[in-house]
Amino acid sequence: MALDGRVPEGPIQEKWDRHRFELKLVNPANKRKYRIIVVGTGLAGGSASASLAELGYEVKTFCIQDTPRRAHSIAAQGGINAAKNYPNDGDSIWRLFYDTVKGGDYRSREANVYRLAQISNQIIDQCVAQGVPFAREYGGLLANRSFGGAQVSRTFYARGQTGQQLLLGAYSALCRQIAAGKVEMLPRREMMELVVEGDRAVGIVVRNLLTGGLERHAADAVVLATGGYGNVFFLSTNAMSSNVSAAFQAYRKGALFANPCFSQIHPTCIPRHGDYQSKLTLMSESLRNDGRVWVPATPGDKRPPNEIPEEERDYYLERRYPSFGNLVPRDVASRAAKAICDAGFGVGPTGYAVYLDFADAIRRDGRDTIRKKYGNLFDMYRNIVDEDPYETPMMIYPATHYTMGGLWVDYNLMSNIPGLFVIGEANFSDHGANRLGASALMQGLADGYFVLPYTIGGFLAEAAPSTVQTDHAAFDAAARGVEDRVRSLLAIGGNRTVDSFHRKLGEIMWEHCGMARNEAGLQEAVGLVAELREAFFKELRVPGGAGDVNQSLQKAYRVQDFLDFAELMARDALERRESCGGHFREEYQTEDGEARRDDEGFCHVAAWEYRGDEPPRRREEPLRFENVALSQRSYK
Amino acid sequence: MTEETTTIHIQLKVWRQKAPQEKGRFETIDVPDVETHMSFLEMLDVVNERLTLEGREPVEFDHDCREGICGMCGAVVDGIAHGPEPATTLCQLHMRKFSDGDVIVVEPWRARAFPMVKDLVVDRSALDRLVEAGGYISVNTGSAPEANTLPVPQPRADEAMDAAACIGCGACVAACPNASAMLFTGAKVSHLALLPQGRPEAARRALGMQRAMDGLGFGNCSNERECEAVCPKEIKITHIARLNREFIKASLGSKER
Repeated sequence: MALDGRVPEGPIQEKWDRHRFELKLVNPANKRKYRIIVVGTGLAGGSASASLAELGYEVKTFCIQDTPRRAHSIAAQGGINAAKNYPNDGDSIWRLFYDTVKGGDYRSREANVYRLAQISNQIIDQCVAQGVPFAREYGGLLANRSFGGAQVSRTFYARGQTGQQLLLGAYSALCRQIAAGKVEMLPRREMMELVVEGDRAVGIVVRNLLTGGLERHAADAVVLATGGYGNVFFLSTNAMSSNVSAAFQAYRKGALFANPCFSQIHPTCIPRHGDYQSKLTLMSESLRNDGRVWVPATPGDKRPPNEIPEEERDYYLERRYPSFGNLVPRDVASRAAKAICDAGFGVGPTGYAVYLDFADAIRRDGRDTIRKKYGNLFDMYRNIVDEDPYETPMMIYPATHYTMGGLWVDYNLMSNIPGLFVIGEANFSDHGANRLGASALMQGLADGYFVLPYTIGGFLAEAAPSTVQTDHAAFDAAARGVEDRVRSLLAIGGNRTVDSFHRKLGEIMWEHCGMARNEAGLQEAVGLVAELREAFFKELRVPGGAGDVNQSLQKAYRVQDFLDFAELMARDALERRESCGGHFREEYQTEDGEARRDDEGFCHVAAWEYRGDEPPRRREEPLRFENVALSQRSYK
Repeated sequence: MTEETTTIHIQLKVWRQKAPQEKGRFETIDVPDVETHMSFLEMLDVVNERLTLEGREPVEFDHDCREGICGMCGAVVDGIAHGPEPATTLCQLHMRKFSDGDVIVVEPWRARAFPMVKDLVVDRSALDRLVEAGGYISVNTGSAPEANTLPVPQPRADEAMDAAACIGCGACVAACPNASAMLFTGAKVSHLALLPQGRPEAARRALGMQRAMDGLGFGNCSNERECEAVCPKEIKITHIARLNREFIKASLGSKER
């Protein structure tokens, strides 16, 4: 049976307005009778918690960090898009909508994307009112820049710390509600289990990361804002604690997991340098506005970059994509870098890096202008790599950055389990097969501030308050399951650390399910992951106990979930026999190496249903494009 | 990224404490082969891998983004919060800043307002309590005016951004001989006081946060400037001066009590 995204009827411009009117309202006096759980305090979870509490709901919010100000949204550097059209350069809600659908390679839901573009402007208003110090022009009005391949300047930014400033805005709104007693904030808690009773999400079981104790929390609705799963690759630009576990517990309880193979590789990261490495560092994509990407024209040319004359360099992005040049979207830029390095033209100690050169920009605009724009990024690069990007080109290479796939949600951001909502990166809905730069912040805040607070009311107004309390058998069973799981991980008593398994898993996935994939490789990955999982349960060693802070234990259950999830991801990549966005199947490419979509066969969302020991079932939600004509993306 | 890798041999004297009520002590750990491209936390990862395989308990330390922006990591290294490199969080400190044969002392943040948890992990939630005491602008979702209604002069917006860059790591408190949170509080009060949007609640904010600071067990400021010296985001003590001005203005000239 095909899945129904419950998109409202009517012209796309009117859907959201009409839907908001049609959603039933909860009587203001009754709102305090409804308890809502929010898991995660990034942009989506933080903004949702604050907004729901402002409306009068009783909110409990959880995060794994020591405070709700640290979630990985904080690391976003570049900016946030909005269709304000302040620069008068031809932007509009329609253009932002169009660009996002096209950028997502026609694998997102049109109506969701349109709503996102509509709301984008309100987000900027809200953030400015909260005191987010966006960059401004001399006249005191807000500044914009072009970002990540957009041909209009629609990106708002706060130096290289936009994510941090937006998150601190949401965090301050949250703190105001905590002080008002409307949000109970529970940091250092990890969701271990979703409690479902009678087909409805009624609560969660969390583990207190300081004491190891299990805590039960019942609610009328549960909101997951738990981010993406990029750390399945071990090395990624994600924070160390970013994980798939909360989403995966929901999947095990029947929530559908949509498009898990859609992961985004970011083109401008600092290349890998050693086996001990724990993470990869992103250099903002805004650098491509002024930096020129090149490699030596001769493979294996080991001369220092400044000694390679202009005519012996290959500015391959400018050559292959004359109209977009260095500003092609992320997936295109990443694949081009991989292709040129695979062909032996790469630079640096490993041969897996390309140059990002600012010499022309510095000559043109002066060192001070460049420092003003990118100073903190240049400093960061110099600190990590020990080379000065003002003098010698940066080296960059793609790395896993964002995951477009996630739990399946309908237009109301509700999963197929009634009462379970999923927002931000944790859901799948708005970016299709590839996310455009500066759109993640936009989506997280759109979901949290302006979509969920309406749609959750529509659900609660129609559903009676849940009667399931924490002493219910469903909670007993969930808590017992978690206890058993923790105990069995501690009892393995092998001789390998959890990081060694995670690193190995990352190698398998990067090799076979990364920037380029093919049938044989994906089959192999499924087998290798299964072998690794077997070894995990025989050879893992988790030091310490379950009764206090034990980061090795935390990593162990997260990696256990990543091992199961990796198989689902590879399976999804296998079944999607086309190339689109970040999903590049080598069998499906054009003669000049571009992605070849198959709109006949795959213009749908693939949503996976967990079935215990049986293989998961692949279900489909057909995607209809009524406002944007399907076309081959071209950035030439 | 130089081609050759350099390796140094160091000794760690690292604080070990199983629980808040138990006695802590320094443990000496020999680390023979530290690649200098490693970050400090990657070095600790390697140490922890080894401890695990030897059947010992790894050193617990808070960390998350490892890009110097989340504010989760931090330890006092050789007596300096976040270590010897200025304007750098612990995760962005690299081992190339150390020499072969070094003995490196690693301790947790120590402050009355930051209770001990385990090893290098402490409880910094007092900083959240401070923000809850007024470090926000009261604007409900949906009630904001159009963003360009209120222009903010660029230099003022820049100064607000300088203050807003605080990552809430707590190094300023750890470095202060009085364990004062004046730089943290000053940064927040200053960030919002500089913006027209923050003015309506400026007096309430300054009074509320200042009082909360006293109540939470943070000490007073005696102009040691240690906070400024260790701040990974280079937040200036001029923001403390602005906090003081805002506090005096609020105490003497406003109806807020």
